[in-house]
Amino acid sequence: MAKMGVGLEITELRLGLPGGGSSCDGGEKKERKRVFSEINGGCNGSSAGGDRNMQAVGWPPVCSYRRKKTIGRGNDQAFRAYVKVSMDGVPFLRKIDIGSRDGYPALLAAFEELFGCFGIGEALEDADSSEYVPIYEDKDGDWMLVGDVPWKIFVESCKRLRIMKRPDTKLTNYNW
Amino acid sequence: MNYFPEEVLEHVFDFITSHKDRNAVSLVCKTWYQVERESRYGVFIGNCYAINPERLIARFPRVRSLTLKGKPHFADFNLVPHDWGAFVDPWIKALVKGCPDLEELRLKRMVVSDDSLELLSRSFVNFKSLVLVSCDGFSTDGLAAIAANCRYLRELDLQENDVDDRRGHWISCFPETCTSLVSLNFACLKGEISLPALERLVARNPNLRSLRLNHTVPFETLKKILTQASKLVDLGTGCFVHHPKSESYHKLKNAMSKCKSVRSLSGFLDVAPRCLPAVYPICANLTSLNLSYAPGINGNELIKLIRHCKNLRRLWTLDYIGDKGLGVVAATCKELEELRVFPSDPFGPGNAAVTEEGLVAISAGCRKLHSLLYFCQQMTNAGLITVAKNCPNFIRFRLCILDPKKPDPVTMQPLDEGFGAIVQSCKRLRRLSISGMLSDQVFLYIGMYAEQLEMLSIAFAGDSDKGLLYVLNGCKKLRKLEIRDCPFGDMALLMDVDKYEGMRSLWMSSCELTLGGCKTLARKMPMLNVEIIDENSQRESALVDDRQRVEKMYLYRTLVGPRHDAPDFVSTL
Repeated sequence: MAKMGVGLEITELRLGLPGGGSSCDGGEKKERKRVFSEINGGCNGSSAGGDRNMQAVGWPPVCSYRRKKTIGRGNDQAFRAYVKVSMDGVPFLRKIDIGSRDGYPALLAAFEELFGCFGIGEALEDADSSEYVPIYEDKDGDWMLVGDVPWKIFVESCKRLRIMKRPDTKLTNYNW
Repeated sequence: MNYFPEEVLEHVFDFITSHKDRNAVSLVCKTWYQVERESRYGVFIGNCYAINPERLIARFPRVRSLTLKGKPHFADFNLVPHDWGAFVDPWIKALVKGCPDLEELRLKRMVVSDDSLELLSRSFVNFKSLVLVSCDGFSTDGLAAIAANCRYLRELDLQENDVDDRRGHWISCFPETCTSLVSLNFACLKGEISLPALERLVARNPNLRSLRLNHTVPFETLKKILTQASKLVDLGTGCFVHHPKSESYHKLKNAMSKCKSVRSLSGFLDVAPRCLPAVYPICANLTSLNLSYAPGINGNELIKLIRHCKNLRRLWTLDYIGDKGLGVVAATCKELEELRVFPSDPFGPGNAAVTEEGLVAISAGCRKLHSLLYFCQQMTNAGLITVAKNCPNFIRFRLCILDPKKPDPVTMQPLDEGFGAIVQSCKRLRRLSISGMLSDQVFLYIGMYAEQLEMLSIAFAGDSDKGLLYVLNGCKKLRKLEIRDCPFGDMALLMDVDKYEGMRSLWMSSCELTLGGCKTLARKMPMLNVEIIDENSQRESALVDDRQRVEKMYLYRTLVGPRHDAPDFVSTL
């Protein structure tokens, strides 16, 4: 009989607002909690710990303009993406956390710091104007010029980075 | 008083500038009412549906400066459907007819169209100042019209608006004859602008005191602008990314160090923290610093920057600052009056956040603090009690614990005693937002002690109707009350209906109100608009039965009855 009971429970029809039913955390008596989240701009996949805070609509009370600009976009966000960076002529590689940068200019500034390849920032505007050309290997294994796709898409698809020196860009055979 | 000629009265009234005082003056007698209304140039309308434009203009025919607020505050948090209302168009059309001398328009949470902006720009010869805060419905085309047609424009201030950016030429639309700009703020625009046009604009407007750029304006342009704008008092940087060893960086640092008049700094919308030292030379002069839109600056860099800012009176920051950083603020910024700490990652593991520690440190070090907005991971009763003792001068105290209904983590008790201490100690408190686990007791304290309270925001708090009753019975000066997700129902709502006539508005969502209760209220109080927002109105679950729960209710006093522009999902009872 007990087994039947469990089975019946699952099929039991109940009237109530969506998301209600059994009491939620905090011993809440009322059935009317919104338990879905609808946050503009998303959380960048940093949903770890998302169940710690109840994600109600409009909570925390931060205006949507501010939400889009600041939430989940900073240096301490959970999302980390360390990728290898190589530069032609340099015998060892470096690793850089592209997840913690907030855009292409910041990334290229980091390259300049790591490798001393000044002027690489120009490559963003015009790939021909810089002595150094940043390229990356994407999920499909293709080598792409850095800067064509929106930053967030780049972060998700970049597997490794390479800084080429100008003469090499004419080669069609990218051997490591 | 009968023997004073009206010119003398008018001259005396000139010295009375606050809206409250002028409103009081107009109630003294008929003569004073007449003189006051004909000499009133600045009018403030806290709720655009409380009055209509025709009546406003009839009473104040000489109005030159109008401030209008539209949607309820909770619209900021996506609780009000997009097309709820607050359209500025009928106001502008009426002003065109009745107030050709209009010079200033300030709008908050209103829907503004490009057509309205175009009409505005062509209709008021002396138009000087447009301030739009949290508005939407317009694009950069509308801004182009303002730029092109308002010949004596002094101020164009766009704060946190959702603007459709057509990546156009709006900055280029300021004519060469435009030399009167004092304030230009376009930080909220998303798209690129013509940099040469911006540079030329700044060069020919030597009186520019306030300039806030958007994130597309690069480092190099900032340097050029700073050399031109010598009277700048308020600066909002755009993109602040460059290699610190480059020549551009050194040029900017030099230009920055010459900006002796800058007192307010904001922006850093895109930032390479190693570039921050460029602003150190001016930090000692700053009274206001807003880094709340700079997620690229981490805690340590924030601390380094703040150590240079000894004269800050206002600080807005993200919670990367941490409790440690707040300790540095407490030690450095002894003149601090206003602090806002915003959340960076409310649903994350919580490593970048602040707690009661930071707030207690601030209260101990910054004794002049009177305005606070604090998003934190947790709070304790002991902490709040200490804060209340250290800072009895709070006017605005808004605390948001990110995890709703979170108790004091040390004692596992509700935060009733902590907030109770705040309201008891801070006799001048006008605005309060509470959060965390709270029982009816906190409302007893609020009702008992918060005598000057004008605005109260409540979420996920209370046990029963008693809570709401304590507040409604106690806070005599309450004007705005907004409540979400609390177990307050019809009984409390209907206990003292006359109270709402003395208030601007009441918002209640996800509480225990029923349709029947709201209908009763509407019947008893014809001077109120009781609006029910029913997002299911087209569906089977639409509100028809008086016993059904009302999800969102917004009521406000009005002189002009139900509005005619309400969408389908809003019914005025």
